[in-house]
Amino acid sequence: MNAPLHMTDEQLKSMTERTGLPLYLSDEQVEQFGKEIDEVRRRIMSTVGERDARYIHKVIKAQRWLEIGGRGLLFAGILPPAWLAGTAMLGVAKILENMEIGHNVMHGQWDWMRDEQIHSTSWEWDNVCPSSDWKHSHNHMHHKWTNVVGMDRDVGYGILRMSEKQEWSPFYLGQPIWNLFLAVFFEWGVALHDLEAEKLRTGEKSLKDTVPFLKGVWKKVRKQTLKDYVIFPLLAGPFFLPVLAGNFTANIIRNLWAYMIIFCGHFPEDVADFTMEEVKNETKGGWYLRQMLGSANIKGSKLMHIMSGNLSHQIEHHLFPDMPSNRYAEASEHVQKICEKYGLPYNSHGLGRQFGTTLAKVMRLSLPNKKAARETVTA
Amino acid sequence: MASSLLNSSVTRVSQWLASPLRPRQYLELLNPLWAEQSCGRIEKIQRETDNAVTLVIRPNHRWQGAVSGQYVRLGVDVDGVRHWRCYSVNSAQRPGDETFSVTVGRVNGGRVSTYIQDTLRVGDVIALDKAMGDFVLPTDATAKLLFISAGTGITPMMGMLRSLRDSGIAADVTHLHFAPTEKDCIYFNELNDFARRPGFNLHQSLTREGGQHFDAALLDNVCPDWAERKAYVCGPEGLMNAVRTHWQNNELSSQLCEEVFQPVRAEVPAGAGGTVLFWNAGSSTEGAGDKPLLEVAENAGLLPKHGCRMGICQECVVTLREGQVRDLATGEVFGESGETIRICVCAAAGNVTIDL
Ligand code: FES
Repeated sequence: MNAPLHMTDEQLKSMTERTGLPLYLSDEQVEQFGKEIDEVRRRIMSTVGERDARYIHKVIKAQRWLEIGGRGLLFAGILPPAWLAGTAMLGVAKILENMEIGHNVMHGQWDWMRDEQIHSTSWEWDNVCPSSDWKHSHNHMHHKWTNVVGMDRDVGYGILRMSEKQEWSPFYLGQPIWNLFLAVFFEWGVALHDLEAEKLRTGEKSLKDTVPFLKGVWKKVRKQTLKDYVIFPLLAGPFFLPVLAGNFTANIIRNLWAYMIIFCGHFPEDVADFTMEEVKNETKGGWYLRQMLGSANIKGSKLMHIMSGNLSHQIEHHLFPDMPSNRYAEASEHVQKICEKYGLPYNSHGLGRQFGTTLAKVMRLSLPNKKAARETVTA
Repeated sequence: MASSLLNSSVTRVSQWLASPLRPRQYLELLNPLWAEQSCGRIEKIQRETDNAVTLVIRPNHRWQGAVSGQYVRLGVDVDGVRHWRCYSVNSAQRPGDETFSVTVGRVNGGRVSTYIQDTLRVGDVIALDKAMGDFVLPTDATAKLLFISAGTGITPMMGMLRSLRDSGIAADVTHLHFAPTEKDCIYFNELNDFARRPGFNLHQSLTREGGQHFDAALLDNVCPDWAERKAYVCGPEGLMNAVRTHWQNNELSSQLCEEVFQPVRAEVPAGAGGTVLFWNAGSSTEGAGDKPLLEVAENAGLLPKHGCRMGICQECVVTLREGQVRDLATGEVFGESGETIRICVCAAAGNVTIDL
């Protein structure tokens, strides 16, 4: 038996024990697996067309109307029902814009339409994180190095310990609280992704080094905060405060939701993480395998899928980051069949289970590894 | 002064309000013509022959006008994908009227021309680029003109003829037009009307009904003073070549104005690469058919922006100016000028020009 990711037998053994995943595939099988995944991609991408274009245009229109409606209602926000409805609509609009539209457009999922307005090179999203930074930290670092501890900065965002492989320090005792902060201010966590907070903590990087990066972020931050917290409230005149509060709340709603969906994508129970050693000389098939083992889906209704930007199909999104999101549901049927065939786990559960086990992990890893676990990791 | 100040502050505030989008991206929800980008609505579709239709287009606020005979790129969405094609403006310029028209002939197997013929409807909105080219009437209104056209190559000439007619200039024009049969002649009636005007000398040659093809003898015969005229030619490659050579041989190239159709794409042998021209770097190098353009550029000493090097991050996306590329994952050869490509997973398929 060969290791799927070109691990030594030792590494494989430790990983199998640690993750409980059936990773006994030969090199040939991994290659074959990769080819079958490629075929799924080819089949779906060859039928992409008019219907899909209509879908994204519809979502974009709906999102803009929702935003206009929400902001309009907030002007009457002195009346509680209008405030509640306006805030909710604006929150939903922001979620749609960030997740089903912005995130996916920046992945190039709609580049095939050749519409310069809906294109990865031109899209700027309603988020304090500039699109160009995002494409680096997310599209490149996170998607290429998914769940590789030390490479994928989504593993803990520099402030959380989300893998046994991250060394424990007393700082992580406060993790349940850091986690709460990250959830509430998630867009800021995303914007400061490339700040490399952990390096600042350890002194590896000085505050001065971060100035150019922060300047870039500031440009975007200024625009987005000015809009939500100054201009729109001022326009409302005497209703300054309800509008301010509504915009703030809508941003928090979006933050909490995006945080939850994104954390459910990679941190629920039974999702694997990897070391740099394990992914050395990784083949395309091995990469696919890692994407699959390192991601988790959320089961739910069609509405749930749209509201999550189809990241509820996180596995398919990681296999095919540039496939139009409305086709992930279709892809997932094929991917599941392939997984069954190769005896691979396909991590898909309801939101309760995925988020519950994620929170449990946040708690558990705030403490040092248990002895047994520690031995396995260092084996 | 005060009003322009007010105007500019309103613009400023609306930009703040719309950020990160632009105000027009909300306005276009109400009317697609209020979009930020240049576009136009199809006002009228008129069938010319079995294989040609004329579109009358009303452009939006971004339109900068067109001179009859210039070409304009239309961006048509076919099966969700935007395709850009050039067509000649064949309407006269009318002050106060922004609409213009183009005639689209059916190209065998042509996705866009077929779509325009069969599917496009009045009221549809298509993308536009600004009008370009110098295939237009000379500034000297007294110059004697010679038009040589074949097939749909007549469209820019038609624009110029209509402009002359509408401005009341009695120009001295000789027009040689070639078409396979009478049925294939677009503007047949209008052209014959022109033929009755003084100073307009029309010679139509129906090549499949015994009419002659272009040659020197025919030219001398129909238009003995051709060498004194400002000449315009538009048509298929064969005609263009024949005319160009004739004018060259007589050292009169400077009097000839040419309008080429969509360039014919050379067949690329399977797996072949080609010369890669980096447009803004101004340098070129050879690119193998199986080597990602990113590596080709790096080997040539350039440092293109990139990230994952495996086609998933979109950091290496650049614009293809000319030529086609091969997707190294699927082997598919694709590309239209203006399209964006990921250079980490695409190789040259024949000669290509990219904008790094
Ligand atoms: S370098 Fe990431 S897509 Fe090309």
